[in-house]
Amino acid sequence: MVQHLPARLDASFAALSDATRRGIVEQLGAGDASITDLAARFGMTLTGIKKHVGVLEQAGLVTTAKVGRVRTCSFGRGGLAEEAAWIEHYRQLWAARFDELDNVVAALKHRESSDERQS
Amino acid sequence: MNDNHDAPNRTTTERRSDLELVVTRLFDAPPRLVSEAWTRAELFIQWWAPKSMGVPLRSCEMDVRVGGGYRLEFGHDAESAMAFFGQYLEVVPGERLVWTNAEDGDAPVTTVTFADQGGKTLLVLRELYPSKAALDGAIAGMPEVTAEQFEQLDALLASQGVRMTEH
Repeated sequence: MVQHLPARLDASFAALSDATRRGIVEQLGAGDASITDLAARFGMTLTGIKKHVGVLEQAGLVTTAKVGRVRTCSFGRGGLAEEAAWIEHYRQLWAARFDELDNVVAALKHRESSDERQS
Repeated sequence: MNDNHDAPNRTTTERRSDLELVVTRLFDAPPRLVSEAWTRAELFIQWWAPKSMGVPLRSCEMDVRVGGGYRLEFGHDAESAMAFFGQYLEVVPGERLVWTNAEDGDAPVTTVTFADQGGKTLLVLRELYPSKAALDGAIAGMPEVTAEQFEQLDALLASQGVRMTEH
């Protein structure tokens, strides 16, 4: 009946606290780019760029796919990652609900067993 | 994601088809008691909106019989309340409940079954969406949040741009 979610915003903002990473996101907003492209554009080593892209990827802001020897970076989440994250979030909502339901059910059980003792 | 993996009462979720999400959970009480907590408003209101959801359930009315309606209102006050409502399609006490979610044309029909497992209850909840697009939309979307996230990102990038031109 309703899914509530924020959570992911935190990771996004942490990822975007760095000027190079904001630049990468802006760049990818205009179109996909390879790690090599990004390294050239930001005057960084491949290793340095990979590290930044990794942080953005973990925050769900960027996805990467390797085709042959080229790793292409895109803005946004991939379909499968998106679905897996959503299902996990959905599970957490139900798990939290059902933990509360455990308490309600335990109280009903307790009431019933004390009724039995009295009758 | 694999925390609690061995806990007997773990909640599992699965997309079982293009149209269907399935949630399962074992409860340490017979179906008669577990289902009672789904059909009496004063009990339902105690668990449906856990704290982690961030929004309290303000009110809950339910007329649990075939064709009867329910209405849930979430929110901190009357002005910001969000209502969720629908109708019960099937009511088999202690065994099965089916209801519609009528607040949105793409919302699913929900079926809950309570199966006795030696004095415990295996609860299975199914949400059946009207189309693949409706379920894909629910998943891909979380539309408000994605939009909100990108808006805040826009604002952040814009403020960064302002600072850079000021220098």
